[in-house]
Amino acid sequence: MIDAMIYALPFLWDGFLITLAVSGIVVAASLALGLVFGVILAFGPVWIGLPIRVFADTVRAIPLIVLIFTVYYGLPALQVPLSPFWAAVAALAAFKTGHVIEIVRGAITSIHPGQMEAAKSIGLTFLERLVYVVFPQAVRCFLPPWINSVTDSVKGSALVSLVGVVDLMMAIQQVIGRTYQPMPLYILGAMIYIAVNAALSVASRRLEARFAATVAT
Amino acid sequence: MDYHFNFTIVWRHAWRLWWGLGLSLQIAAASLGLGMLIGIALAVAYTDGGRVTRTAIAGYVEFIRNTPLLLLIYLVFYGIPSIGGFAYDATTSFIFTLAFYAGAQLVEVFRAGLDAVPPGVVDAGRAIGLTPYRNLIYVRLPTAFRISLPALSNAYVSLFKDTALGSVIAVPELTHGAQWINFNTFRILEVYALLTPIYLLTGWIILAALRLLERRYAIVRAM
Repeated sequence: MIDAMIYALPFLWDGFLITLAVSGIVVAASLALGLVFGVILAFGPVWIGLPIRVFADTVRAIPLIVLIFTVYYGLPALQVPLSPFWAAVAALAAFKTGHVIEIVRGAITSIHPGQMEAAKSIGLTFLERLVYVVFPQAVRCFLPPWINSVTDSVKGSALVSLVGVVDLMMAIQQVIGRTYQPMPLYILGAMIYIAVNAALSVASRRLEARFAATVAT
Repeated sequence: MDYHFNFTIVWRHAWRLWWGLGLSLQIAAASLGLGMLIGIALAVAYTDGGRVTRTAIAGYVEFIRNTPLLLLIYLVFYGIPSIGGFAYDATTSFIFTLAFYAGAQLVEVFRAGLDAVPPGVVDAGRAIGLTPYRNLIYVRLPTAFRISLPALSNAYVSLFKDTALGSVIAVPELTHGAQWINFNTFRILEVYALLTPIYLLTGWIILAALRLLERRYAIVRAM
């Protein structure tokens, strides 16, 4: 069992890097897009908020794998050339953006509207109000669910193997295809995913403690 | 954009979608039922058990929660028969995978439910002479169950979505049906244009129905 695991490790390295890359790109893109759309949803007029709401509710209500297949098979049918890697990343990022929009909106609405009015009354522009007044307070509500969604992204990235991207999951399958020893490899894979997520949750606990301390003064 | 929509071919095979939808709902229900058994048993063991039991249960929960569901599906379907020497069909193995997956989440749900049973109620049970076992069966579990109902509805809808992953081991559920039509007729956009609303509508309808049930039976915690 251990021999099979040690034999497999070097073959998993490239896939592991792809898994990290997919997760990293998805987390970064969904954070940027989710912040923008979440702010628009919280403060914007209804006519622009409605499409965002429909988008966020739709991607959160369908299985991620359906979204990935739709993008992967659907866009080439519309003559949009897209490599499997970017099709899967785009689908994952859209899915995660839906979640981040919801987290951002929730965090912002948890701040008392009086804060915004007070900031307005001392003459801050909208952007200044967001950056200096709303965000520093909202970050405490934002972090815990967002960190959950980051671990979810790492786990969700395993689905890119279904469209032929050689990530950690796919690398595991390839080694099994040679050695015919599924069990040690799956357990090794689970251990790697758990290690990544454990590292993330240690880092996130530090982050949360830091922000809790600065805001609580 | 030169894509010409043609739904007639898809309609001819649409029975695969309806049939798959039925199977998806059944798989979700079966795995929720099994998952609830796991969840209740482990939650009781956790609440009333010692440190070793607690560590073991926390280990199970953390293992499931930090591993991709796809990996768990492969592990149960390909991995376990390879060392156990027995085999089961894809649907059975998928139901058990989802049950273990749901069980890990439901442990937390029922544990919170058990913790939320007002201590006065448990004391009252003891005062009328119920043994600890009967107190658990007649007082603590029914109360905890009703407190946990909203979380169970969410778990069911989320399991219904997770059944889509059954397609990777050829469980003939909804997504598998859609893929079959995709690969055999090449009416790609039509299939996914149908599949997405089916998931959306079914999810909404189930959730609305379960919310009605909750209004009847659930205990709102903020009493």
